[in-house]
Amino acid sequence: MQTEATYNYKVVRQFAIMAVVWGIVGMLVGVLIAAQLVWPQLNFPQLGEWFHFGRLRPLHTNAVIFAFGGSALFATSYYVVQRTCHTRLFAPGLAAFTFWGWQLVIVLAALSLPLGFTTGKEYAELEWPIDILITLVWVAYAVVFFGTIAQRKVSHIYVANWFYGAFIIAVALLHVVNSMALPVLEAGILTPKSYSAYAGAQDAMVQWWYGHNAVGFFLTAGFLGMMYYFVPKQAGRPVYSYRLSVVHFWALIFTYMWAGPHHLHYTALPDWTQSLGMIFSLILLAPSWGGMINGIMTLSGAWHKLRDDPILKFLIVSLSFYGMSTFEGPMMSVKTVNALSHYTDWTVGHVHSGALGWVAMVTIGSLYYLIPRLYGKVEMYSRDLVTAHFWIATIGIVLYIASMWISGVMQGLMWRATNPDGTLTYAFVESVKASYPFWTIRVLGGLLFLVGMLLMAYNVFKTVAGAKPVDAPVLAPAHA
Amino acid sequence: MDINDLRSAVTVAAFLCFLGICVWAYSRAAKPGFEEASRLPFLEDDEPMLANDHTEGK
Repeated sequence: MQTEATYNYKVVRQFAIMAVVWGIVGMLVGVLIAAQLVWPQLNFPQLGEWFHFGRLRPLHTNAVIFAFGGSALFATSYYVVQRTCHTRLFAPGLAAFTFWGWQLVIVLAALSLPLGFTTGKEYAELEWPIDILITLVWVAYAVVFFGTIAQRKVSHIYVANWFYGAFIIAVALLHVVNSMALPVLEAGILTPKSYSAYAGAQDAMVQWWYGHNAVGFFLTAGFLGMMYYFVPKQAGRPVYSYRLSVVHFWALIFTYMWAGPHHLHYTALPDWTQSLGMIFSLILLAPSWGGMINGIMTLSGAWHKLRDDPILKFLIVSLSFYGMSTFEGPMMSVKTVNALSHYTDWTVGHVHSGALGWVAMVTIGSLYYLIPRLYGKVEMYSRDLVTAHFWIATIGIVLYIASMWISGVMQGLMWRATNPDGTLTYAFVESVKASYPFWTIRVLGGLLFLVGMLLMAYNVFKTVAGAKPVDAPVLAPAHA
Repeated sequence: MDINDLRSAVTVAAFLCFLGICVWAYSRAAKPGFEEASRLPFLEDDEPMLANDHTEGK
């Protein structure tokens, strides 16, 4: 039985479209900085310092994580929470505020980072005025999301909402704690410059407690929420094991918070803290693989769908990359492995196998599912373009991570090589020189991934152009 | 008792809590609820809603 009310899809549509736009912007900057490493004149020194690698690199990371990933998480969480709670979004005004507020944060980031305003904390570079705006948007997001859950018309809270909820709470905690800073007063006036409230090793620990949990809760828990809704929907069958999803959820919650110290192996951080971080990183393999198996096995008995459904291809391959990078991550957290891998391109390759392979692929698959439904279409304008996007993106990722593996291990081996008399075999610059061919392959891999996104933009444009936005009706709860 | 005893106790309590969750998740009592919850995304037909014009053949 249908009621008059319809779901609030407006904010979902806005975030979904902006996810595609910001994805292209962020990846374009990524391709540019990758090219800068091969062709330094692309830093455009004659134009000033604004386009230097050091200024654009945080712009790339912030744009892909928070603008692309963030918009996709807002869009899908608002969609999933309404549909699985059988109720309209709570506080639609606040939901609209989260959209415009988040876009303002992104624009401010895009201006302030090239201009050189930065806290110097990785993935938390934005200065304090923007941090305050982020906090306001995030509180509004929490009110909308949990308000919607509170007014749900069904008794259960679907597992995807648990993951989205954990992502929202954890990111609020991480952001507020890590962004604690003292602004600089100059001639009695507050400046946008600030210094961290923490000092020395504590500051580093707080930063990487934040940094790794940004991966754990922003780039994992949030996107697992996406996985637990869109994989079952696209496969047309409920999740493989709901009880496993419950254990998966709590295992991630109990362990992720402790893994941060593995970013600080062999630093001034106390040794026991490093070992603790390593142990918890190793433990994380279990829940991560539990989640991957749960997602992939959802397709069991319907494997044939994988053959001709490009959306499922995106979703299932994203889970494969999730499994791969959550195996690689714990391995790299082992101190002896880390001694080789840290500060090399291996880390960069690992991050991109997670960010392109898992986060971007699951997002792209979910958006291809979502966008036609928001505009009253059966499917995307061109299924062939979706398939093409899938293959171009996959080849791009493989080129990217394979080249980074090789250059990373090579760099690690060159840096540690010593002559019999104890002197270093190679000068640092020799490892830079040896890395050029792999950096060129990386540009190609990144470029392919960007081309895939441009195909997506065209496909989305053709799907949406002239289509009427459609808000699906809220269904009356099934009486159990 | 120093603060580290409290820290250890909290860690042990968290671990026991997690074990409790595992036992509960795999208990027979939780099963019907989980089955109901796992069907939540499928309770309503969300096959793409066509806009007002149904002229498109697909």
